[in-house]
Amino acid sequence: MYNFPGFIKQAPIIRKTDRADICLKVHTVSLSFLSEDIRMKNEGKSAQRPDNTAFTQQRLPAWQPILSAGIVIPGFLIIGLAFIGIGIGLFLTSQTIQVQEMDYTGVEKDSPCFRCTIPSNLNCTCEVTFSLSTLFTGPVFFYYGLSNYYQNFRRYGVSKDYNQLTGDTRYFKSRSPEEDCSPYSYDSNNNPIVPCGAIANSIFNDTFELYQIINGTKKQVPLDGRGISWWTDYNIKYRNPSPVNGSLAKAFDGTVKPINWPRPAYELDLTDPNNNGFLNQDFLVWMRRAALPQFRKLYRRITDGDYAAGLPAGNYSLTVHYNYPVLSFDGRKKVVFSNVSWMGGKNNFLGLAYLVVGSLCVVMSVVMLVVYAKFKFSDDDDA
Amino acid sequence: MGSLLSACGINVKKKKVEEERHLRANDREFNLSFKYANNAIKTSKYNVFTFLPLNLFEQFQRLANAYFVFLLILQLIPQISSLSWFTTVVPLLLVLSITLAKDLSDDITRHKNDNHVNNRKVEVLINGELKSEKWMNVQVGDIVKLENNEFVTADLLLLSSSEPLNLIYIETAELDGETNLKVKQALTLTGDLGNDIQKLAAFNGEVRCEPPNNRLDKFTGTLTMRGETFALDNERILLRGCTLRNTEWCFGLVVFGGPDTKLMQNSGKSVFKRTSIDHLMNVLVMFIFGFLAFMCTILSIGNAIWEYQEGNSFITFLPRADGANASLSAFLTFWSYVIILNTVVPISLYVSVEILRLGNSYFIDWDRKMYHVKSDTPAQARTTTLNEELGQIKYIFSDKTGTLTQNIMTFNRCSINGKSYGEVVDFAGQRVEVTEKTEKVDFSWNPLADPKFCFHDHKLVEVVKSGSPEVQAFFRLLALCHTVMPEEKTEGELFYQAQSPDEGALVTAARNFGFVFRSRTPETISLVEMGVPTTYELLAVLDFNNVRKRMSVIVRSPEGKLTLFCKGADTIIYERLHPSSSKLMEVTTEHLNEYAGEGLRTLALAYKDLDEDEFEKWKERHHEASTSLEDREAKLDTIYEEIEKDLLLLGASAVEDKLQDGVPQTIEQLAKADIKIWVLTGDKQETAENIGYSCNMLREEMKEIFIVAANTAEEVREELVNARKKMSPESGDEPPIEKSRLLGKKSQVVEDEKVDGEYGLVINGHSLAFALQKDMQLELLRTACMCQAVICCRVTPLQKAQVVELVKKHKKAVTLAIGDGANDVSMIKTAHIGVGISGQEGMQAVLSSDFSFAQFRYLQRLLLVHGRWSYLRMCKFLRYFFYKNFTFTFVHFWYGFFCGFSAQTVYDEWFITLYNLVYTALPVIGLSIFDQDVNDRWSFQYPQLYAPGQLNQYFSKMAFARILLHSCYSSLVLFFIPWAAMCDTVRDDGKDIADYQSFALLAQTCLLIAVSVQMGLDTYYWTAVNQFFLWGSLSVYFAVTFTMYSNGMYLIFTSSFPFIGTARNSLNQPNVWLTIFLTTILCILPVVAKRFLFIQLKPTINDKVRHKVRQAKAVPPPLPRKFPRRRISTRRSGYAFSHARGYGDLVTSGRFLRIPVKSRPALFPHTDTPVADSTPQTYRTIFEEAQSP
Repeated sequence: MYNFPGFIKQAPIIRKTDRADICLKVHTVSLSFLSEDIRMKNEGKSAQRPDNTAFTQQRLPAWQPILSAGIVIPGFLIIGLAFIGIGIGLFLTSQTIQVQEMDYTGVEKDSPCFRCTIPSNLNCTCEVTFSLSTLFTGPVFFYYGLSNYYQNFRRYGVSKDYNQLTGDTRYFKSRSPEEDCSPYSYDSNNNPIVPCGAIANSIFNDTFELYQIINGTKKQVPLDGRGISWWTDYNIKYRNPSPVNGSLAKAFDGTVKPINWPRPAYELDLTDPNNNGFLNQDFLVWMRRAALPQFRKLYRRITDGDYAAGLPAGNYSLTVHYNYPVLSFDGRKKVVFSNVSWMGGKNNFLGLAYLVVGSLCVVMSVVMLVVYAKFKFSDDDDA
Repeated sequence: MGSLLSACGINVKKKKVEEERHLRANDREFNLSFKYANNAIKTSKYNVFTFLPLNLFEQFQRLANAYFVFLLILQLIPQISSLSWFTTVVPLLLVLSITLAKDLSDDITRHKNDNHVNNRKVEVLINGELKSEKWMNVQVGDIVKLENNEFVTADLLLLSSSEPLNLIYIETAELDGETNLKVKQALTLTGDLGNDIQKLAAFNGEVRCEPPNNRLDKFTGTLTMRGETFALDNERILLRGCTLRNTEWCFGLVVFGGPDTKLMQNSGKSVFKRTSIDHLMNVLVMFIFGFLAFMCTILSIGNAIWEYQEGNSFITFLPRADGANASLSAFLTFWSYVIILNTVVPISLYVSVEILRLGNSYFIDWDRKMYHVKSDTPAQARTTTLNEELGQIKYIFSDKTGTLTQNIMTFNRCSINGKSYGEVVDFAGQRVEVTEKTEKVDFSWNPLADPKFCFHDHKLVEVVKSGSPEVQAFFRLLALCHTVMPEEKTEGELFYQAQSPDEGALVTAARNFGFVFRSRTPETISLVEMGVPTTYELLAVLDFNNVRKRMSVIVRSPEGKLTLFCKGADTIIYERLHPSSSKLMEVTTEHLNEYAGEGLRTLALAYKDLDEDEFEKWKERHHEASTSLEDREAKLDTIYEEIEKDLLLLGASAVEDKLQDGVPQTIEQLAKADIKIWVLTGDKQETAENIGYSCNMLREEMKEIFIVAANTAEEVREELVNARKKMSPESGDEPPIEKSRLLGKKSQVVEDEKVDGEYGLVINGHSLAFALQKDMQLELLRTACMCQAVICCRVTPLQKAQVVELVKKHKKAVTLAIGDGANDVSMIKTAHIGVGISGQEGMQAVLSSDFSFAQFRYLQRLLLVHGRWSYLRMCKFLRYFFYKNFTFTFVHFWYGFFCGFSAQTVYDEWFITLYNLVYTALPVIGLSIFDQDVNDRWSFQYPQLYAPGQLNQYFSKMAFARILLHSCYSSLVLFFIPWAAMCDTVRDDGKDIADYQSFALLAQTCLLIAVSVQMGLDTYYWTAVNQFFLWGSLSVYFAVTFTMYSNGMYLIFTSSFPFIGTARNSLNQPNVWLTIFLTTILCILPVVAKRFLFIQLKPTINDKVRHKVRQAKAVPPPLPRKFPRRRISTRRSGYAFSHARGYGDLVTSGRFLRIPVKSRPALFPHTDTPVADSTPQTYRTIFEEAQSP
């Protein structure tokens, strides 16, 4: 460090002596030991001695593990065996989960919904039939699935306004980040769209009715649409605007419905007045956008009445109100019936992966054992 | 610390060029018309208002910061912005504010210092009165009064002083670090002003002088007074920064004030050094930029294809305000991905690097094992940016005197009249090793003896006491024939001031053996001979110089006998001996050989009685010669030659040039670490060689030691080539050059060549000058680099720098220069790392060094422990840092293929913001501050551990490529395992979990846990702090995540925390945790397996030592090795005096002042290089009171 004036230590002061009998006088201290002596006297013997602590001397007690054979080889073996165990458990669990999956896009000419793919065919309904050979244990979950559908596209993902969706009417007309919802922000008459944005606008609007065919007669399976969205979404994240004069519709005054919607938000569910506005369950499920271009979303649960224990074996017919166009972008639509286990839905991957990794670990431990036995470097080899 | 220097440098503002300074004393109006700077100084950079804008401006000039501003601008473009602004702003602000805080505290310190200095009081003569005035108000042309022990206010022209002859004494420690006092003298004319205020106030001399400059040792100007003009030189000038000593008062005229003073003009000099890792990092950062562009290009091409194939048809659901233009979309995507993938060039990297270097510098400062108790000096890392390079040193260039040796001479042996003294023998006549415990000779019979003097041979005292005439003559010679100045502070307490330490040692020896040199005048020398005061008349001093290699005095004893006493190099004396001494010569030669073999510096002593008439004649001619104007030196030499003949040999003395403690051991250790040591010394070849042996550089077991001492360029070349051919017969004529082009700079790198066995090389100054010529450089380099040890003798400071530069330029190796004196400054500044020994030759070397400590032996600790650890830590840090950031970023890359290349991030934006700053910052700093592979003792035990650093093994382009692959693998695992596991999965209550937010949470948790475990795997040394940081960071992650995803945060900042509930909803799912576990294991186990197999199959030295340490856990750690004592060799020293010519002139002239600078030998040529600028002023410091009027 550069010494600034006033920064340096006081150097030794050599007193002038006034002995007249000395002819020559030297005002210099150059013999080193002398100057050292004086300095020590002035500053105390070891003023600058660093502290002797474990930290400053880098002697902190520490655990120093090394990759020794005694740890690595058994470690691999144990991990391997554990993984195989977990893998078997997962795989078996996954096998117990029943899944009934049906593509109803109608690409093939002979599929029941083919006729609904013609754009001019509005309000088209088609019927998909399937049969179950065994009891489909309940509770059964009814999903719709889309593929090649990019809900995770960045500009699709940002196209919403959370402030609006918390029911804050201030954001109905003026939006915080104006661009996010664009071009589904205002309609052609410059009326604000609520809820704005591409996600809301593109809500999945096929509807289904499920019938069990018993001796040629259709018996409707009751579908439960309550509680299919996340608790946090329904209770915290999304809120309806406070009703004006007891009417939710009034709160939406001065706004228009999203372009693709048949009805405004406050009339999403005509059967249940509590399932309207931003708190409509289907809306909430749709708004939780998928991570991957192929996804499934919960449509209904089958928990009621005769079907509380599951879907009995037999023939079923699914009536599809075909509205949602996916063919233009080569998308696919499907319905999925599934039940769940402790590990969620059916997914063989995790079990298989655990099995494979576990086996590899076991193999690896054997390889390492062989290598260690054969090649281990000799200890007395002087490093 | 470096920034401090630069700060001062910047502040020396360039004004319009001043060509000449003209000022008049006591005339403020006249002087003000020139607008000279007043005496206020400003080393601070900012004031309250300029701080923020100026500092920010400086910071944004740094590439990394500018890059982030660029990113920020990109993020503000809505079409491009793929991340919220805060992801860039938060880290940027943090980095900026850390630097801001550091600069602020630096500047406040500087302000404080400035204020302190500016507000010092000094007495100024204003309007005929002395007034106390603040320093900053002092103007050019003012007359100020200084008192004893005061700092010199500005650069002053000395007018008068309280001392006789208008002398004053100053200490220049602050300017050049030298602690001895120097003398300045005023012009007689101004000196007559005395302290008469009236006269001083009336003084109206005009000064014309050079404009402000930074040359401390030069001043030219004139003083015009009453029509007369006097020349002014450096002798009249007091520089700011000095301190007045031993002078009651003095008056001075301010010539340069404040920023114009030489002190301030000098304070800007500093060379910024960067480490090889810095350079590599710069290259890598460039590469990373390229790589970033490459990734972004791929993704934007992907985007174009996707838009073309899918996007166009997806219009139903995706907003397309700007139409579906694939190429425009691809262009925008490119920039969007630049933003997202920016984490490959992490802004926090630079900050972290600085922090860990600072930490490691503190460890050097704190190390008690590098603290020298005797001088109370701790080691000091003066530069905080070079630590890791200490672990990569391949070549050490060392000074000798003061670095390897203590520059303390002790009288060790002597041969008098054919008898050798000084050796300790036991009863059986066997030589006894001299240790601390060996009984010392008791000198208490001599009240004037120096108590510090040690001698172990009792015989000599007995002989002296018995009155042997030869022995007495021997010591009388030593007491008379020298130019030492005595100082007797109190009765009997003598101090000697000697020109060379050899002389001091010899005179002290004579003193203790009863021939006490007490005082001298120009005509007499007073001794106390065996208790009897005796005064000799000093008739002539035939001074030492490098050609004569001897000095003589001619004295008349009280009895009136005329005698010439001569001491000098043995070869020189032998030529001038009387034939009658030939027998004695043989015996003495034997003794000399023996002494030289022990590395002692020898002198032969002779005398001659003179005839009165003969002497008178000679004296006349001598007088003639000494007054002649031409060729005086040569004429004097001839005259001296005439009388210095037919000498009678008395004997020889041997002085030990004491090595510093632990030098041989240190050199042996460093050699084991495969560090090549070159000694560059101003000493003669013989001395240097001797020291080479005694400090273990040259060893008997070396195959051969080549000595290059030729007189022509061709001969030098031939000798070099011969030596090379001997070492490596198959080596070609053309040097194996590896040409490389790095960032536009062409460089020729000579590769190492294989040599069987160890060799040494000694090259003298003359040959070196030839060898350093352009066409022979590479030849020298090739030969020298094949040798284990190289000694260059008689080198000038400039050559020292050239040698270092040569190796630095043509070898891919890190160089270190270590020295203690002003003559080492050039090489210290040139080498990659300069180490200063804070020793006895002043502070010059230390001030320009990067690291400093008190003893050469600390070098092994600095390199083998601190350097190695620093390198290890830095490399680990960089490897890990790049790994964690690449892994982090690549996941985005893979996700690009699944989100339509839309620049959708995988993680939550807050995670992106906090990943480097919070979640992984502390553990990695903990790793890079505390980690050590083996402790210091084991590092010493196995110096071979140092080798990987020299070979750049821990962090290189190869290592970087491996990191890249590793990250690639990890990121694949980290993306595709969650991808596959989450595909079509639902929660255990059937609800959604494959949504974007849950997936983001899963991916980021996997990533963080995987890199944390990887960190654990990399850590060798788990202190509690490491554990705390690692676990702490993980818990902070979960705490922060749950907080940010909580209801409260969402309700307060709705649009900032849209991930509400994600943590609760997905982290309670067993399959999520199973996925995290699986990814972590898959990331880590292959690394473990690979490392384990490598340890078994191809263990590195590091693995072996760590294994040994593990085995030795039960056994106590190794003790520091015992080194064998120096072995006796049979080399021959012809050493004369160690230094320049003595005080001969001074002694006889009676003016004990003012030896011109040029009397120093041409060892320090005064050129215009900064090297020359920084050599210290040579002052003489003796004066004679008796002479004063």
